[in-house]
Amino acid sequence: MTADASPTPAGKTVGPAPAGPAAHGPWAYTTAVYLRYGVGKLGGAAVSLLAVLVTGFFLFRLIPGDPVKTMTGGRPVSTEQLVAYRKEFGLDLPLWQQFTDYCGEALTGDLGTSYQFRAPVIDKISEALPNTLLLTGTAFVLYTALGIFLGTRAAWRHGRLVDRLHTGLALTLYSVPSFWLGLLLIIVFSVGTGPIPGLFPTGGMESGGEEGFAYVLDVAHHLILPVVTLVAVEYGQTLLVTRSALLDEMGSDYLTTARAKGLRDDLVRRRHAVPNALLPTVTLVFVNLGRTVAGVILVETVFSWPGLGGLFYQALSVPDLPLVQGLFLFFAAAVIIMNTLADLVYPLLDPRVGR
Amino acid sequence: MKTDIPAPAAGAGPRRLAWQRRRRSAVRFWKQYRTHRAGLVGMTALTLFALVALTAPLTVGSDVAGVTDAPGRPMESPSGEFPLGTDRFGRDLLGLLVWGSRVSLLVGLLAAVLSVAIGTLVGITAGHFKGAYATVLMRVTDWFLVMPTLVLAIALATVMSRSLGTVILAIGVTSWPTTARLVRAQTLAVESRPYIERAKALGGGHRHIMARHVLPNVMPLVLAQATLMVSGAILAEATLAFLGLGDPTVVSWGGLLQEAREAGAVSSGDWWYLVPPGIAIAAVALAFTLCGRAVESVLNPRLGVDR
Repeated sequence: MTADASPTPAGKTVGPAPAGPAAHGPWAYTTAVYLRYGVGKLGGAAVSLLAVLVTGFFLFRLIPGDPVKTMTGGRPVSTEQLVAYRKEFGLDLPLWQQFTDYCGEALTGDLGTSYQFRAPVIDKISEALPNTLLLTGTAFVLYTALGIFLGTRAAWRHGRLVDRLHTGLALTLYSVPSFWLGLLLIIVFSVGTGPIPGLFPTGGMESGGEEGFAYVLDVAHHLILPVVTLVAVEYGQTLLVTRSALLDEMGSDYLTTARAKGLRDDLVRRRHAVPNALLPTVTLVFVNLGRTVAGVILVETVFSWPGLGGLFYQALSVPDLPLVQGLFLFFAAAVIIMNTLADLVYPLLDPRVGR
Repeated sequence: MKTDIPAPAAGAGPRRLAWQRRRRSAVRFWKQYRTHRAGLVGMTALTLFALVALTAPLTVGSDVAGVTDAPGRPMESPSGEFPLGTDRFGRDLLGLLVWGSRVSLLVGLLAAVLSVAIGTLVGITAGHFKGAYATVLMRVTDWFLVMPTLVLAIALATVMSRSLGTVILAIGVTSWPTTARLVRAQTLAVESRPYIERAKALGGGHRHIMARHVLPNVMPLVLAQATLMVSGAILAEATLAFLGLGDPTVVSWGGLLQEAREAGAVSSGDWWYLVPPGIAIAAVALAFTLCGRAVESVLNPRLGVDR
């Protein structure tokens, strides 16, 4: 999204097709135009990443509280040890030097050393990242597909029972705290309540000792409840956005034309209405990745999933400032990069964007 | 639209005229709001919750949160004396639930007000002053929009002291960008109308135009947005409290859930400790969402739900 996007609400920067002269039809989209658009987006992303870097530094430096005192957790420490710690973490240098050191280190992938694990932050992150990608990726695909599918259904039967049922359920699940839903699922399906035996493990990612195919099955078994929780709290948003995007399209003339051609209702929906409604949906799916990160942190915490979210929780309960800072930088950068990738792909999907 | 309010008498002052108009639009608003059943349900629920929270000092009193002389034994299951059982200190969970509503609602409301206030200020100024100022401001807004809000709020809450003020601030300063975008769009629409040009021609300054002409026109939108924000803020408060970043000295719904988890209510299957606070959070959040959507669809039928 550019700074001077059209004056429409958030996420709706995609306006109707500009009524340009016929000579510049939809395929007059040249590589040069795309390159200029792409470079603009990349530049914007670079500025955003820099802003994240600066925020990360000042947030954790300028706010009162001695990190070394926090780190030692109130245990009696000799002055020499305090000085040694300060030196080890570079806290004895002047602020500007800390800042330049920090920028240089962050850009080369060095995010400091965790107080708690006594290990480089970047190592902890790369250890946990695959697990988070497995959980988030599975959930992301499922909730986006489910949201788009049900949202289309609801909009097409606008005002009927199906619509009201789906909208109501989506709004309700959207209001449910994800960590609470996770805890309930654990009580009902892992601990077992009444006649229901404990069907699923209470947490973690593997039981240990399994190999080969049995290991894959074991991980999948552990994956089910966290994924169900994430999908349940996240699909509602996609559903509502798809629904309103499709409702926006439904009054359009081209749909009347399509029907007049004699197309079946089903085809009008799949071939004409949905593709047009999908773009704002995709935009918002990416803008909402930030919200998904929140869901991931909570779900991983509740299910003790050994991913970035669980790591974040461990870090902030100490608080292990370098780890919190590193994860903050990582989450923010990941979301910005994903959004930029999405921005770069849109014009290829829809030539109306980026002109 | 026919209303029972008589047409303004000749010679009525401008102030009286304005009040009459305001009253008439309030009546019109209510007439349309009444047709949204979900909105009415939400409003009823909110009234109930507000009553419970406001009368809590009379019904349960502040000693319900005291750990020193708790009335029951720890972790009792529901009984006639304690309808929702007791917590790990032997405190009455029903009483705690009622008492916790005060903090959850207060923090939710204040954080939403803060967030909407920032959003409105940014939106109106970015829409009014064009050029570099607006560009920079909207860049910042977009940056905040894609940022993982909770991560930012957690980072803020981690480095600041544990208090309700911190929680309100952390939620408020991270959740304003949606409002800013909506308000800016509305400001641009309002500022293109001829009466703004007239106000400028008559010598109206920036402040006059923003405060007297733009603000009243974006106010309905801001109101709807604020109602919607509250539900997000209540959820965020619960989340921060659950992660142990809330004020440990006060009772809130999220805090109750955190205590329940720490006390091992999950593995021992003590559902009565966990279920009620979660339902309360979800119910209040849903009620605010329903109200907000109804208000939105009355004020802006194009954006609304029932279109």
